[in-house]
Amino acid sequence: MSEPPVTTKSVSQVNDELLSSLRPPTLGWYLLAFFLGAVVACGLAAFTWQMMNGMYVTGKNRPVMWGFYITGFVFWVGLSHSGTMVSSILRLSRAHWRRPILRAAEAMTVFCITVAGLFPLIHLGRNWTFFYMIPYPNQRGLWPNFRSPLLWDMTAITAYIIGSTLFLYLGLLPDLAVVRDRTTGWRHKVYAVLAMGWRGSAREWSIYHKASTLMAALIIPVAVSVHSIVAWDFAVTVVPGWHSTIFPPYFVIGAILSGVAAVITLMIIIRKIFRLEEYLTPLHFDNMGKLLLVISLLWTYAYFVEVHITWYAHEPIEWEVFSFLSSNYTPQLLIMLVGNSLLPIIFLCFRKMRRSIGVMLMVSLWVNVAMFIERFLIIVPTLSHKNMPFAWGTYSPSLVETLVNLAALAGFALLFTLFAKFFPIVALSDVRELELREAKVPMGRARLSSIAGKE
Amino acid sequence: MEKLTSPYKWGMVIDLDRCTGCGACVVACQAENNVGICEKQEIAEGRNMHWLRIERFWVGEYPDVRVRFLPVMCQHCQDAPCEPVCPVYASYHNPDGLNGQVYNRCVGTRYCGNNCPYAVRVFNFYPHEWPKPLDNQLSPDITVRARGVMEKCSFCIQRIRRAKEESSAEGRTIQDGEIQPACAQTCPAEAMTFGNLADPASRAARLARSPRRFHLLEHLGTHPSVVYLKGGGREHV
Repeated sequence: MSEPPVTTKSVSQVNDELLSSLRPPTLGWYLLAFFLGAVVACGLAAFTWQMMNGMYVTGKNRPVMWGFYITGFVFWVGLSHSGTMVSSILRLSRAHWRRPILRAAEAMTVFCITVAGLFPLIHLGRNWTFFYMIPYPNQRGLWPNFRSPLLWDMTAITAYIIGSTLFLYLGLLPDLAVVRDRTTGWRHKVYAVLAMGWRGSAREWSIYHKASTLMAALIIPVAVSVHSIVAWDFAVTVVPGWHSTIFPPYFVIGAILSGVAAVITLMIIIRKIFRLEEYLTPLHFDNMGKLLLVISLLWTYAYFVEVHITWYAHEPIEWEVFSFLSSNYTPQLLIMLVGNSLLPIIFLCFRKMRRSIGVMLMVSLWVNVAMFIERFLIIVPTLSHKNMPFAWGTYSPSLVETLVNLAALAGFALLFTLFAKFFPIVALSDVRELELREAKVPMGRARLSSIAGKE
Repeated sequence: MEKLTSPYKWGMVIDLDRCTGCGACVVACQAENNVGICEKQEIAEGRNMHWLRIERFWVGEYPDVRVRFLPVMCQHCQDAPCEPVCPVYASYHNPDGLNGQVYNRCVGTRYCGNNCPYAVRVFNFYPHEWPKPLDNQLSPDITVRARGVMEKCSFCIQRIRRAKEESSAEGRTIQDGEIQPACAQTCPAEAMTFGNLADPASRAARLARSPRRFHLLEHLGTHPSVVYLKGGGREHV
């Protein structure tokens, strides 16, 4: 008789460890959720204040009509690229080390894009008329303007929210079934509904594998299109400094850079909080570090091309924007260049650094601070010095804008905290599948590779 | 030349050699169009509501300093950058070649303001009030704009509409000089000439053919309806 596959741990032990996040919440969890909720409430209050009083509570003026909100929007759309891109590219390239990471990455995508989608509504002068932008049949025969990049934005973001939610949910199905089988009472009922009657038959697994591969392949073009369209918000204008053909690929690269860095940060946090040191090993950080290094090199190249061509052409209006940026925003520019290029390239070239959790945390956090600044530097200095020198201006964010941006961060963290408490934060079935595939099966005295084999 | 669906293509010619920079046009515009009254702080914050501004440039070094004035309002571009970017068609092109703004449709994305190279679109950051007795001065022909919407020069579209109604009642087209926007009407130096550029005999069309003509930011290809005149042997003035 064949013994069970040789693993160091029993199946239920692995389940226990990977589902540890679902245990009843501790006081610490409640405190964290309360704190995040309080920050979100502050942001909501700030937004309400803005809606009651007018846009003057922001720092915006003429000519800087966009500021921190659109910075936040582009930043969060960028972050949302992590998950789905990382997860689907690694799925398609059959990189097995992806398995413990992908759930967190996919969930992050959904929450980031949700947060991002709120910013364009928050920044409207008349938020209550936002539905004018939705194409719905109405008596007045009015239709939104599909020539406007803002409409493309809305379409792309809606598609991305739906797509990435389906992607996340599809991957969750087998895990939800495991949770269903381990819970009782009303929780059992909820998970039973969510698991959609998953039984784990061979037919179900075969369909599941086909569907997840298909979703992974389909979501990549959507993800690329979303950030290209965000870049078109800027690139299709006639504003010097925005009107640049390199913007779409440059934005996509920047998005993946901030996204990969955010996944690394999240991996470190999850590993620490849920004690998953055995599942998120230095190998994972090593591989993610390599990915971050490559994307950082690409970003550096794209940025170099953008600035270099402008400098070489030295078209006076365009150059004015760049010289204004470099003289008035020097510290920000330096933080951005260090964070996006120097730091990742210098540190992540070394295996030892990539395997050090402390270094990875520092690099990944800095990358995201730098990416926020990058978005800011694209939007604000450019608008400050447009074509007409008489109408030049400056911008600094107001308290309301800062609060709303902080609330966005807290809102994302809150959504993630809740998600981690109610759903398996590590892709349980994926991890177990890998273990089974790699396990040696005893046949008589010999130990042979599992017939499932590598994918 | 694109096909015109209307016998009119409104345009303005501004002779910079005549402009004295007195600012009467700015005041007239404010009075005519129910433009919000801004407090000192509002203006300091860069949120003034003027549809028409006089740009003032100092040229040369002391003591040989000259001052130049440039009145800038909405240029009513034929290929207006503000129009395609509006998600709700609040910024649109009308058959007379005017760049219109539908206040009730505007949701306040301010995208048009960013994309306007002339920075002539103003946004109602503040709710504006007309304390008594200034409210008596409000023109009944024009909407008072709410906070949160964009607005800009309309070439005094209410005057154009009225002239159109009168002329069509009399079964004729609008005569040259029949319409004057508030700025052109007020200009003491007669630097501004408004008229139908589609009629080659109109005064504005004749002036617009002057060798002194130029457009603001011509290289952008926005094809503005406002033509500036400058030169005439007085470049250094």
